[in-house]
Amino acid sequence: MMKKILEVKDLKISFETYAGKVQAIRNVDFDLHQGETLAIVGESGSGKSVTTRSIMGLLANNAIVESGEILFNGSDILKKSEKEMQKIRGKEIAMIFQDPMTSLDPTMTIGKQVAESLIKHNKISKKEGLAQALELLKLVGIPNAEKRLNNYPHQFSGGQRQRIVIAIALICYPHILIADEPTTALDVTIQAQILELLKEIQEKMNSSIIFITHDLGVVANVADRVAVMYAGKIVEIGTAEEIFYNPQHPYTWGLLGSMPTLEGTSDRLYAIPGTPPDLLEPPLGDAFYARNEFALKIDAEEQPPFFEVSSTHKAATWLLAPQAPKVTPPEEIQIRWAKFKEKQQSRA
Amino acid sequence: MRKVLLEVEGLKQYFNVGRKDEVKAVDDITFHIYEGETFGLVGESGSGKSTTGRTVIRLNHPTGGKVVFDGKDVMSLKSKKEMKNFRRDVQMIFQDPYASLNPRMKVRDIIAEGIDVNGLAKTETERNDRVNELLKTVGLNPNHGTRYPHEFSGGQRQRIGIARALAVDPKFIICDEPISALDVSIQAQVVNLLQDLQKEHQLTYLFIAHDLSMVKHISDRIGVMHHGKLLEVGSSDDIYYHGVHPYTESLLSAIPLPDPDYERTRKRIKYVDDSTDTRPRKMQEIAEGHYVYATDEEKVIYQEKLQQKKNK
Repeated sequence: MMKKILEVKDLKISFETYAGKVQAIRNVDFDLHQGETLAIVGESGSGKSVTTRSIMGLLANNAIVESGEILFNGSDILKKSEKEMQKIRGKEIAMIFQDPMTSLDPTMTIGKQVAESLIKHNKISKKEGLAQALELLKLVGIPNAEKRLNNYPHQFSGGQRQRIVIAIALICYPHILIADEPTTALDVTIQAQILELLKEIQEKMNSSIIFITHDLGVVANVADRVAVMYAGKIVEIGTAEEIFYNPQHPYTWGLLGSMPTLEGTSDRLYAIPGTPPDLLEPPLGDAFYARNEFALKIDAEEQPPFFEVSSTHKAATWLLAPQAPKVTPPEEIQIRWAKFKEKQQSRA
Repeated sequence: MRKVLLEVEGLKQYFNVGRKDEVKAVDDITFHIYEGETFGLVGESGSGKSTTGRTVIRLNHPTGGKVVFDGKDVMSLKSKKEMKNFRRDVQMIFQDPYASLNPRMKVRDIIAEGIDVNGLAKTETERNDRVNELLKTVGLNPNHGTRYPHEFSGGQRQRIGIARALAVDPKFIICDEPISALDVSIQAQVVNLLQDLQKEHQLTYLFIAHDLSMVKHISDRIGVMHHGKLLEVGSSDDIYYHGVHPYTESLLSAIPLPDPDYERTRKRIKYVDDSTDTRPRKMQEIAEGHYVYATDEEKVIYQEKLQQKKNK
């Protein structure tokens, strides 16, 4: 078993707003192992970004941590002072933000921006910092890096800017890298390059990556394990193989079904009806109840607990309860299940 | 014989003409769209796909070339009345549902703007009835007409944009990345809605997007653009399974699919654009309905390549 580097336990976060209390994260639990990539998928508003911001200690002022702990190497991040957090942030845990256009400082040369956290954390000279920044910019594939150290962000293309953002996150060789939709703003060909780069770097540094995205294609490419979030909760978590070929939660079915596949023959996409619930007043039962065509009566009344599918795979849906009726999932999911069975048989 | 609704011939759209920073955003592209079909235009940012859409509807004045819609030359439309009629037939749905709706207008008035301009409703009641009908058509509650855009989610706003386009009974709709800003589950809803509307109203779509898998799903035929040039045109299966232009192959090889096994074996093909190669090229038909931008020698090579791919 790989070493656990991060443990998020029973995390509950709300935001105080004029309209009332928004329950953004509702009892989230997961571990991150050394050297693995965990993908968190879900729609906007499902709580994936709030989860990672709490790990970075970057929550907004109106956020309230109602309960839970985030253990990083055994100590609780949520209890740390801002001063202590500053020693961790950027050095031990670093983040790649979504939008390379807004996450860089337009008035600062890229050499300085990349070296900044290294100079702060390791108390080295500017010159040495810039030298290391140069090495890293070469590593992330900025052509002519020597000459471009003194350039400003606007002199780079979108893909190059994202490489610079990655270099900033990597400069201190962090143990954990949080990538919040790092390729969403990029073209597919550039996206492919950036994903390859992240994998290469991970292999070299043996760092752990939390990868946030709503693109399941990207997840299939990068993830060792996948957590599916909905309305502030993790509804299913498992290895990439389990989530893609043996999904159990109807929401996961919906996500997988609503993406066209290349072999897709059906004229219509499977669309999840409706929109996510308002987390000002989360529903009493399963939050997915109103949009779930496979909903059971109990879903309206009681939130489903996690049911274990395997030692690495669990899903919060009443469909997995022993007394639940057997349902037939959408065609797309049946094809995936058949593939999973085949794989298991060929292994046995 | 199917009727051609839109014909684009040798279209050129340059910006900053004659200056040092001249940009050839669209450079000599030729294609046609049949009535009732969906033509997908794909390419990366900066490839000229959105400019093509905007020039076709005459938001830009082209540098050269011809656009013929329903038998009429679009570029020769002069009077206000002609333009008004043309823009009644051709509507547009924009990418960003946050920026494309006026935040100071009620949804009802946003949708009715085209009705008002074209004088399609005689009385206030008729106008509001039409708007309510449109709201229902796109799956929104008619009571929401009195609300403002900020009260809606991204998917709902895109539905408002669709209702606005439908309000004037167009024949042809240019959809410029209509789903790129939406969540996956909402994307599927909007795509399904667009397909339903197409059947009900016999609409023709020009669907511009960078998400190839979605374009393949919705399109009958696809054109691939790169650096202002249209490089390959064919049925969506032609492009997907038998795309022969190296850029098409590279683009296809870069799409991640929700399938870990496929992802593990996917090999990315890199495309190097040789800007020194300026041999004259034109659209050449290598198989029925399958065109590639090529020289005469390349045409033969592509034809052989296509045969090999089909034999596999």
